[in-house]
Amino acid sequence: MSSLPNPLPDAETQCRQLADLIRPHLHKNPALVGIFSGGAWVAERLKELLGLSEDIGMIDVSFYRDDFAEKGLHPQCRPTVIPFDVEGRHIILVDDVLYTGRTTRAAINELFDYGRPAAVELALLADRGGRELPIGATYCVWGVALSEGENLVLARNDAGQLAWRLENA
Amino acid sequence: MHNPQLNKNGELSHLLSVEGLPKAILNQILDTAASFMEVSAREVKKVPLLRGKSVFNLFFENSTRTRTTFEIAAKRLSADVINLDINKSSASKGETLLDTIDNLCAMHANLFVVRHASSGAPYLIAEHLQRAGRDDIHVVNAGDGRHAHPTQGLLDMYTIRHYKKDFTQLRVAIVGDILHSRVARSDIHALTTLGVPEVRAIGPETLLPKHLDKLGVHVFHDMNEGLKDVDVVIMLRLQNERMTGALLPSAGEYFRHYGLTPQKLALAKPDAIVMHPGPMNRGVEIHSAVADGPQAVILPQVTFGIAVRMAVMSIVAGN
Amino acid sequence: MNIEIKNGRVIDPKNGIDRSNTSLYIADGRVAGIGEAPAGFAAEQSIDAAGCVVCPGLIDLGARLNSIEAELAAAVAGGVTSVVVPPDADPPLDEPELADRLVHRGAEIGRARVLPLGALTLGLNGERLSELAGLKKAGCVAFSQANKTVVDTEALLRAMEYAATFGFAIWLQPQDYWLSRNGIAHEGEVASRLGLAGIPVAAETIAIGTIIQLVRDTGCRVHLTRISSAAGMALIQRAQHDHLPITCDVGVHHLLLTENDIGFFNPHARFCPPLRAQSDRLALSSAAASGLAAICSDHTPVGADDKLLPFGEAKPGATGLEVLLPLTLKWAEAAQIDLPTALARITSAPAEVLGLSSGHLAVGASADVCVFDPEATWQLTPEALKSRGKNSPWLGYMMTGQVKATLVGGRLVYQAFG
Repeated sequence: MSSLPNPLPDAETQCRQLADLIRPHLHKNPALVGIFSGGAWVAERLKELLGLSEDIGMIDVSFYRDDFAEKGLHPQCRPTVIPFDVEGRHIILVDDVLYTGRTTRAAINELFDYGRPAAVELALLADRGGRELPIGATYCVWGVALSEGENLVLARNDAGQLAWRLENA
Repeated sequence: MHNPQLNKNGELSHLLSVEGLPKAILNQILDTAASFMEVSAREVKKVPLLRGKSVFNLFFENSTRTRTTFEIAAKRLSADVINLDINKSSASKGETLLDTIDNLCAMHANLFVVRHASSGAPYLIAEHLQRAGRDDIHVVNAGDGRHAHPTQGLLDMYTIRHYKKDFTQLRVAIVGDILHSRVARSDIHALTTLGVPEVRAIGPETLLPKHLDKLGVHVFHDMNEGLKDVDVVIMLRLQNERMTGALLPSAGEYFRHYGLTPQKLALAKPDAIVMHPGPMNRGVEIHSAVADGPQAVILPQVTFGIAVRMAVMSIVAGN
Repeated sequence: MNIEIKNGRVIDPKNGIDRSNTSLYIADGRVAGIGEAPAGFAAEQSIDAAGCVVCPGLIDLGARLNSIEAELAAAVAGGVTSVVVPPDADPPLDEPELADRLVHRGAEIGRARVLPLGALTLGLNGERLSELAGLKKAGCVAFSQANKTVVDTEALLRAMEYAATFGFAIWLQPQDYWLSRNGIAHEGEVASRLGLAGIPVAAETIAIGTIIQLVRDTGCRVHLTRISSAAGMALIQRAQHDHLPITCDVGVHHLLLTENDIGFFNPHARFCPPLRAQSDRLALSSAAASGLAAICSDHTPVGADDKLLPFGEAKPGATGLEVLLPLTLKWAEAAQIDLPTALARITSAPAEVLGLSSGHLAVGASADVCVFDPEATWQLTPEALKSRGKNSPWLGYMMTGQVKATLVGGRLVYQAFG
């Protein structure tokens, strides 16, 4: 786990690095599913970089989160879109940052309500540690430790370029 | 005046009426419903949001249709559903409305879906729960007297948004017995809050409430005038009782003046949609050719209704 | 007992008296003097009325005494020394023996005077006449249908002819049966919005019109109770202008509240007749200000079980005996009416309607007196009320005007502590 570099790394470069990690495994005919919203952007980028023709899936985990009792329904939820048959497919779940692992758990549960995949792998730009569940990345380009109250956020500008931003809670 | 539907953070804790809800909350419900439409299109039509929660359908007025859609909606949220058909006479034999509520709370109810013949009944319940400090129990109004049917109003808005996209460019006509209609009142509040510039009410004097203009509605007694260039026609059911109450002479005369026929529909815009909360009285308020025709969206309304009710229950249960 | 009520502001509206720092002297149950003690007067009891108003005991033209002891205690706690009781108790007061019993029970309890209204028709069902003369003999001051309507116009005509024979007065709440039977609120903006079945103003004006015509034809004296609309008041004003023997009153809640007070279906805002629009309220206020209408409480105790119900199922009415005074003062302040005029509406004006010689403090008058602090504030809570009826749209509000002592026939029947 490295500490936070200054300036922050270039997210577009990291996407290319992530694509390079995945490329050797394309023979499994993986389907990309991005977790809204940062994961969906990265998944779109991966689709271009890997030259895949199939539309990506996009997952909103609002209905599967484990903190409904404390926080209620997230005010902004979007419809999940899975434009392919999950049954028997090799799925790569894509997210921008992996932290406690709860979002990934929710996404996996949701995915399984669509069918039984052959396998599910996790592709990330950043892993910031702090896991509260036994979840691990299959493909990841950056391991980073954040301080108390710091949050790593992926943003997309009007031109569609991805970049990291540091936020304080 | 404090809005009993909102909790201290301004979040929706009960759905009692569309009136008084800010536009942002209406949009939140419609947007959330869009996500639930997707759930309803899947093989496994369930999400775990209300798992372990008990939803009590408390219907003091019979309605298999509405109760069924609430039951389906609650089950798709993984809630446990208990249906209580409370016959009015048995309730009046002893237990007051609030006593019934207290008993059900003791059975760990989390959410009440209430339909009652008296306007205002769900407010009484919500205020009672608030006085008892139970802000963890929520009330959804499934229709109270003539006052409101907020989930129907919302699903009607969802329908309009689905087909017409932009509320701010529309002319909407509501036709029929608005005086006795809780659906009409909820539709009117929703339409005006969402910015529909022209809301029209069409009906005979005996079936229109006084002071409709104060709600922002243009009144028409001539349906041919009222339907000109409208984008949405909402037909209301005409109940048989209205004929006996000296409000109308006969179904036949009503149909001639206020029934929606293909000829009358032709006065509206060519792409106008026809809506109806159901159940329809064919030949009384609506001609079969229209009900079964390409402009009718009555069956999609039912499908949208499940998603809207899922959205409402999820939102209030989480606040 | 000789009683001196010291240093108060004595207001006797009927006799035009309004004197500060003045004492009222009572002997043998009657007013013996104001300002100067009568010769040889030695006070056996002294009541300090410094900072207080001393006025005739209030006369309430409408108060239901469901549990008579509690309600008569409530009356004197509210400064009310005479209570007119509508005949719609269970059973209705349609037999002389029932009236007799009520009057005797009231005398036994020995607080406020009980003035029963006899049922005009048997069972109040608007068909057969009760024994009016017998009821009068047993103590009824007039005859009434409470808030039920005589639907059969011919029956009403005959009743008025019969009453006119004996010079009896009939009290009627003008409400057309057909136009009001399904309604629960004023047919106006609020009812349209909230989906409440409406009672149009026409329900009142049609009934008033009918009654006025029958009064013209029979000469029967009629008192119209609990007027609720501007149009209704206008008809009564014209009738009085034509010298018809018609008087009227308004419920004090209707002087202050409107249909808007229904809010989110507040069952405490359900009244019979309903609270109407602001324009109606203003007309009622003018009528009370000008003296066209007397003011009463229309005291209707309702248990929580019958009030905590959906609006259309809740029993109409509010507790009134203990708020008649502070609400009248509240109305007077808002309408800019001077205190003696306001007090007249709940003392001398009701006495005039009843044809009683009470309601004033001339020497020799029966010493029915109310001593109250017009500035004292108190909070309206269930505990603060002696009445069994805790139903009020003012629960939790602060009231201004508190009774310190009440005397009936020269006897101290209520004194506030502290």
